[in-house]
Amino acid sequence: MKIFHAMGLTLLLILATLSSSGAAEADLRAIIAKFATVTDFSQTGAVVQELAATSDRAVERPLAALADGNLYIRMADSMVFIGKEGDENVQLFDPLSGEAAGEASPDDLTQIGVNNTLRRTIRDALGTLTLGSKDPTVRIAAADTMFKTPDAANIQPLDVAIAGETVASVKALLEQARAASILVSDQPYADKLAAIAVIGARGDRNAVSLLTFVEANASGDVKEAATAAIASINSTLAIWDAGQNIWYGISLGSVLLLAAIGLAITFGVMGVINMAHGEMVMLGAYTTFVVQQVIRTSFPGLFDWSLIIALPLAFLVAAFVGLVIERGIIRFLYGRPLETLLATWGVSLILQQAVRSIFGPTNQEVGNPSWMSGSFAIGQLAITWNRLWILVFALTVFAVLLYLMKRTSWGLRMRAVTANRRMAASMGIRTPWVDALTFALGSGIAGIAGVALSQIDNVSPNLGRGYIIDSFMVVVFGGVGNLWGTLVGAFSLGIVNKFLEPYAGAVLGKIVVLVLIILFIQKRPRGLFALKGRAVEA
Amino acid sequence: MRGNFSTITKMVSASVVAAGLMMSAPARAADDTIKVGILHSLSGTMAISETTLKDAMLMLIDEQNAKGGLLGKKLEAVVVDPASNWPLFAEKARELISKDHVAAVFGCWTSVSRKSVLPVFSELDNILFYPVQYEGEESERNVFYTGAAPNQQAIPAVDYLMSKDGGSVKRWVLEGTDYVYPRTTNKILEAYLKSKGVPAEDIMVNYTPFGFSDWQTEVSAIKKFGSAGKKTAVVSTVNGDANVPFYKELGNQGIKAEDIPVMAFSVGEEELAGLDTKPLVGHLAAWNYFESVNTPENKKFIADWHKFIKNNKRTTNDPMEAHYIGFNMWVKAVEKAGTTDPDKVIDAMIGVSVPNLTGGYATMMPNHHITKPVLIGEIQANGQFQTVSKTPGLVMGDEWSDYLPDSKDLISDWRAPLSCGNFNVKTGKCGGKGTN
Repeated sequence: MKIFHAMGLTLLLILATLSSSGAAEADLRAIIAKFATVTDFSQTGAVVQELAATSDRAVERPLAALADGNLYIRMADSMVFIGKEGDENVQLFDPLSGEAAGEASPDDLTQIGVNNTLRRTIRDALGTLTLGSKDPTVRIAAADTMFKTPDAANIQPLDVAIAGETVASVKALLEQARAASILVSDQPYADKLAAIAVIGARGDRNAVSLLTFVEANASGDVKEAATAAIASINSTLAIWDAGQNIWYGISLGSVLLLAAIGLAITFGVMGVINMAHGEMVMLGAYTTFVVQQVIRTSFPGLFDWSLIIALPLAFLVAAFVGLVIERGIIRFLYGRPLETLLATWGVSLILQQAVRSIFGPTNQEVGNPSWMSGSFAIGQLAITWNRLWILVFALTVFAVLLYLMKRTSWGLRMRAVTANRRMAASMGIRTPWVDALTFALGSGIAGIAGVALSQIDNVSPNLGRGYIIDSFMVVVFGGVGNLWGTLVGAFSLGIVNKFLEPYAGAVLGKIVVLVLIILFIQKRPRGLFALKGRAVEA
Repeated sequence: MRGNFSTITKMVSASVVAAGLMMSAPARAADDTIKVGILHSLSGTMAISETTLKDAMLMLIDEQNAKGGLLGKKLEAVVVDPASNWPLFAEKARELISKDHVAAVFGCWTSVSRKSVLPVFSELDNILFYPVQYEGEESERNVFYTGAAPNQQAIPAVDYLMSKDGGSVKRWVLEGTDYVYPRTTNKILEAYLKSKGVPAEDIMVNYTPFGFSDWQTEVSAIKKFGSAGKKTAVVSTVNGDANVPFYKELGNQGIKAEDIPVMAFSVGEEELAGLDTKPLVGHLAAWNYFESVNTPENKKFIADWHKFIKNNKRTTNDPMEAHYIGFNMWVKAVEKAGTTDPDKVIDAMIGVSVPNLTGGYATMMPNHHITKPVLIGEIQANGQFQTVSKTPGLVMGDEWSDYLPDSKDLISDWRAPLSCGNFNVKTGKCGGKGTN
């Protein structure tokens, strides 16, 4: 009898769950259908809340689509769909099951608008819903969201999640989110003090943000504990800040190095004041743009490789233009610095206007490949991937160039011509060709610098303008004719600049750096690493 | 150092261009055309923004000619290139007025260039239509301001951020490029925020040089300022070229619009065209026009523009709409006055009303500013803006800000008998000083 009873109960339960899930889906569809009638953001928000309140994992799909602006209403029958924009038509999918549901012209659809407030609401709702996800990264995102928007109602689901969590790092995040929620709830003081300890151990800016909020709204022990925790986090963060400044300085230095390294050859080694140097950088950036255009239209799968493909091309384009400039103009002007300056300046204007006429005056979009986007953290130090790669790239270029100059026969000839042109010529070196190739090399290096700079700056005809003065500054400061000087010069200028910026502001910081350089040049006119010997006098 | 260099560069490029123009000096026009001057930089740093406006003007003039011209005469555009060089703007303006005898000039972008041509326009008595949002604190008899004054862009934008929809922002970062427009706008905004009860420690003001490209320190300072437990927003008056690296850094350092939104006054569709906007979805801009506005007038304007420029990807933007409004107003005023004589047209302009592209009307007010709706838009993944807020009615341009002590008593009314651009209502005298 008992067994029958139990069986009956189970059966009932199964039936109940079955019917409830069926009813639930119908309920969900009924709620989703309400999107078709909303007229403003607050009404959309109400529907989102209603969906979230069902606590059904199935609403994840439509909510995520809504947050991305991919939820549409078909005007003909007021049905709600998830849309994916194609070339002409929008492909439609069922909002709950995600099954394909044909396609429609964009004119027949209305997109459901979202704003920041709504996106935040959706993010919070999704945070609670996705706590039980199988993917640890999703759980981490959920814990993060719940930490940023603490709510007393989160404690219970977080307790469940913490009990079932197996990954230690995720568990720690969940515990922090729970602590945050306790702080805004009306739990006893002892719990709150423990929570402050947990959050204090987290030690990042979000923790400070939360604790400041608690400090402002609490009293007694909790307030004091919060104040103490903030003070301790801030003192640790101050050390990290110094580290961050050094990193920013190194990263600015690597950009300066890239921009200046080509000039270190044309100006530093050859002594040509090349005002068109910045335009070589620009040509490199535009080469990247063209390469990406071709890849976008013909080989979209290769996009992540676009920069690597662009590198040799940019080198060749800029080196070729450099060769033409050297053969066409500069070789007639050796030993006449003022005329060279004016002539290369004219060339820079011609190149700028040419690019403006061909590509138009507006900025061109050069995309970042996925490995160049985003950032990662070491402790409290946020390091962006694009800056890190540019640093690596700048150092590689420097190393290759150094090898070329010091270890190859061509480098030897180049240095021989610089040191004593007549002697080199009488030794059988074809000095005009060495000149031309050296200039082409310097220009080509500027071209590949352009590939890297296209990732962090505007690709516009004015791109080169912003770098030419800085490049000369680095080369002169580091010592003309010395590659190592350029390296040290670039990094020290970068770091000094970035240490001044937080205190003096960007505008004043720049001025202070310039004044320092002027003073330094007064003291050591040849820069940090002066070349010695007779050659310099010539 | 960089400034010096670029000035010299500009001078050289300007003289190159000037030489080119002299060689192709246009033949003396016959009397059956009306000449319209276009004074926008086609080379130099500002070419990026101003070339589009030149093309927009050529399109509008073409269309007017297709409709039969003006007063039975054909319109003829006279294009000059002031090459982003402020003194050259004045020279070129003089050339347009005294040599080419244009009936009106459409031009300038930066406030510096406008300030440099003002004396020329009042001396030679001609008309300038200025199409860009600016800092206000000015009203000239010979200038019609078709862009937004601060109260038509900055103040409503801040109001939106303070509202519940905008996220009830309590802490403010005012980030700008170091020149007159951001400095004046931020001064107005600071006074406005304080009048709304925002304490001084909740406002951070920071300036960067023109064309700034290394935003790491600034963005991390914003992050730090934003972690004080209060909702924080950035109000950006960062100028054109510096925006792309700024937004890239925001994206890379993971500042999301839901956490710290950035409201920009100088970022339009054209600036976004050079950017991958996916990491920027939700950041805001305040303008009086967006390309995405769905009205029949706007659809026609975009279609005409694509046809004229022969490129379906080119965007339209707010200053283009300002020229559209300004040009149509001028046409209407000339028809009303029955002549192109600047004095008569200036008088006829006040009260002229033409449709704008967002489904309303723009009316020229006695202070030479126009009525505009204010739109707040969020950046979308496709590089367009989605309007998230629109002022219920039209906002009248207020040239002298009510939030600056120097200018709050000043008004401007160019109708007789007052006919004064800076009338002080306290002293009852014409003549007063703004903050500029």
